[in-house]
Amino acid sequence: MSAEVVFNEKNAAPKKKERYIVQTFKRVLKNKLAFIGIIIVSIQIILAIFAPFLTSYGPYEQNLAVTELGIGEEGHILGTDNYGRDMWSRLVYGARISLIVGLSSVALGLIGGLTLGLLAGFYRRIDGFVMRIVDLLFAFPGILLAMLIIAMLGTSLVNVVIAISIWSIPGCARIVRGSVLSIKKQEYILAMKSLGASDIRIMLKHILPNCTAPIIVFATMRMATAILSTSALSFLGLGAQPPTPEWGAMIAAGQDFMWTAPHMSIIPGIAIMLTVFAFNVVGDGLRDALDPNMEIDL
Amino acid sequence: MIGLIVRRFLQLILLLLGISFLVFMSMHIAPGDPATIIGGPTASASDLEAIRDNLGLDRPVIVQYADYLGGILQGDFGYSFQTGQSVTDAIITRFPNTIKLATASMIVAIIIGIVTGIISAIKQNSWIDLSSTTFALAGVSIPNFWLGAMLILVFAVNLQWLPVGGLSAPIYTIEGMKELILPAITLGTASAALIARMSRSAMLEVIRSDYIRTAKAKGVKQRSLIWIHALRNAMIPVVTVIGINFGGLLGGTIITEQVFAINGIGRLMIDAIAARDFPIVQGTVLLVAAIFVFVNLIVDVIYAFIDPRITYN
Repeated sequence: MSAEVVFNEKNAAPKKKERYIVQTFKRVLKNKLAFIGIIIVSIQIILAIFAPFLTSYGPYEQNLAVTELGIGEEGHILGTDNYGRDMWSRLVYGARISLIVGLSSVALGLIGGLTLGLLAGFYRRIDGFVMRIVDLLFAFPGILLAMLIIAMLGTSLVNVVIAISIWSIPGCARIVRGSVLSIKKQEYILAMKSLGASDIRIMLKHILPNCTAPIIVFATMRMATAILSTSALSFLGLGAQPPTPEWGAMIAAGQDFMWTAPHMSIIPGIAIMLTVFAFNVVGDGLRDALDPNMEIDL
Repeated sequence: MIGLIVRRFLQLILLLLGISFLVFMSMHIAPGDPATIIGGPTASASDLEAIRDNLGLDRPVIVQYADYLGGILQGDFGYSFQTGQSVTDAIITRFPNTIKLATASMIVAIIIGIVTGIISAIKQNSWIDLSSTTFALAGVSIPNFWLGAMLILVFAVNLQWLPVGGLSAPIYTIEGMKELILPAITLGTASAALIARMSRSAMLEVIRSDYIRTAKAKGVKQRSLIWIHALRNAMIPVVTVIGINFGGLLGGTIITEQVFAINGIGRLMIDAIAARDFPIVQGTVLLVAAIFVFVNLIVDVIYAFIDPRITYN
């Protein structure tokens, strides 16, 4: 066991790791689109965190004297909706909801997918069984699996998180399993086994860190899907319910006022598009940056 | 080839059994007593008991599942809790609209996707390439329900060129075609973007390969070089993307139908989810998933057909 610790905590290792992360980050920043994506995501995070300080009105605060104001009218930067609620404030609080829902559903999906993928890749006995479940979940197209889960649990934003996280499991499990299968045959894993390391230790300390690149890319891309799906489900009335300032629900509410106040639908739509675009291009950039083939060029 | 089809078909049957079990069980363990949903709040205890008895809800789950499966094989998907209508009838009435929408969108996606992909590969780094790459990036990021709403705003509300929604006129009439344009673009854009992206990269890879250079050296004309020699090989990954996309497209139909008030399977499903009408949810989910896996099977076969080098072991 002690040999293992010494092997593990070589002084050079963390330094090299740090350098690798910095290198990757620099490479992502060199990609113009990914750089734009990072800026958009950063703005969204800032908006989400500092929402109360960036708005003069509450997201639920109605003022029937100023309904359906256009952009920039009477001190409302993005106008107001049919209840006189400030659109900017609802948009900013909506960013908070999107990020929280996206992060939590991706995190839960990763936990499930990582566990299943690691176990399936490591133990051949359960591989067939786990992968058949994964295949079964893959048999549901697009958003359908999420809808089935919502049909089962009922309509709410929390259930949307659960539904999207379950929907994320098969994709993650398949990626992790693939990585585990290739890594577990490597000599250093055999060396760990012969040193007497437990399966859990090998999986968590030696295999998992080597699967991080595809997982990070998957998680980033999945954020885009999660945010898009949450808004779609809320638009359909299966997710966030009014008056929650969720972007998809805001578009649905704005549809009835398309003639008189089109900004009610246009603004949240642009917000969703920018956010999804940002996570997609950051994911693309990360994939290019983490591609092992690029290592050779450097 | 026949071996491949038979093997895939057997796998498909197993998968369909798995799907039906999963869908049945998820509806079975869903909170809420079906008897209460059917009977309504005013039903007495004896009424509820009679409904349960009638539906056979007091029997073991596995017996109920076997019964359900037996029904499906005879084309009986049960009866709606809300209206009492047969689920099969409800699906049959609405299915043509969904198929119409999905097919039209797929055609839009394939035409726009492949053409822009190929052109941007041939004219790499030109303004056409730049604009099609931008389209490919924007296309996957636009929420399709929002795109639909915006298209309605511009083409139906402001310009009044196309109808706001609905899909009631027959497809062969001008009205029918007009009704289909906006929903097909709405649903097809994301797939078109993905297909364009894939076609571009596949084409770029192929036109740089040795055999194309040889063909060029032998004096093959540019047009037949691209459309005959390069396209077939470049299409292999594109066919996969089209197949995979069909699933997303089916999922997207559900949303697009809602935006354009089209009476299709998706709308039936959404209303049923909101009303907790389990037999309808079961039937529609099962149908969409079955179509999806069936399409995947066809894609696999086409895949082996286009590229004879592929053998599934």
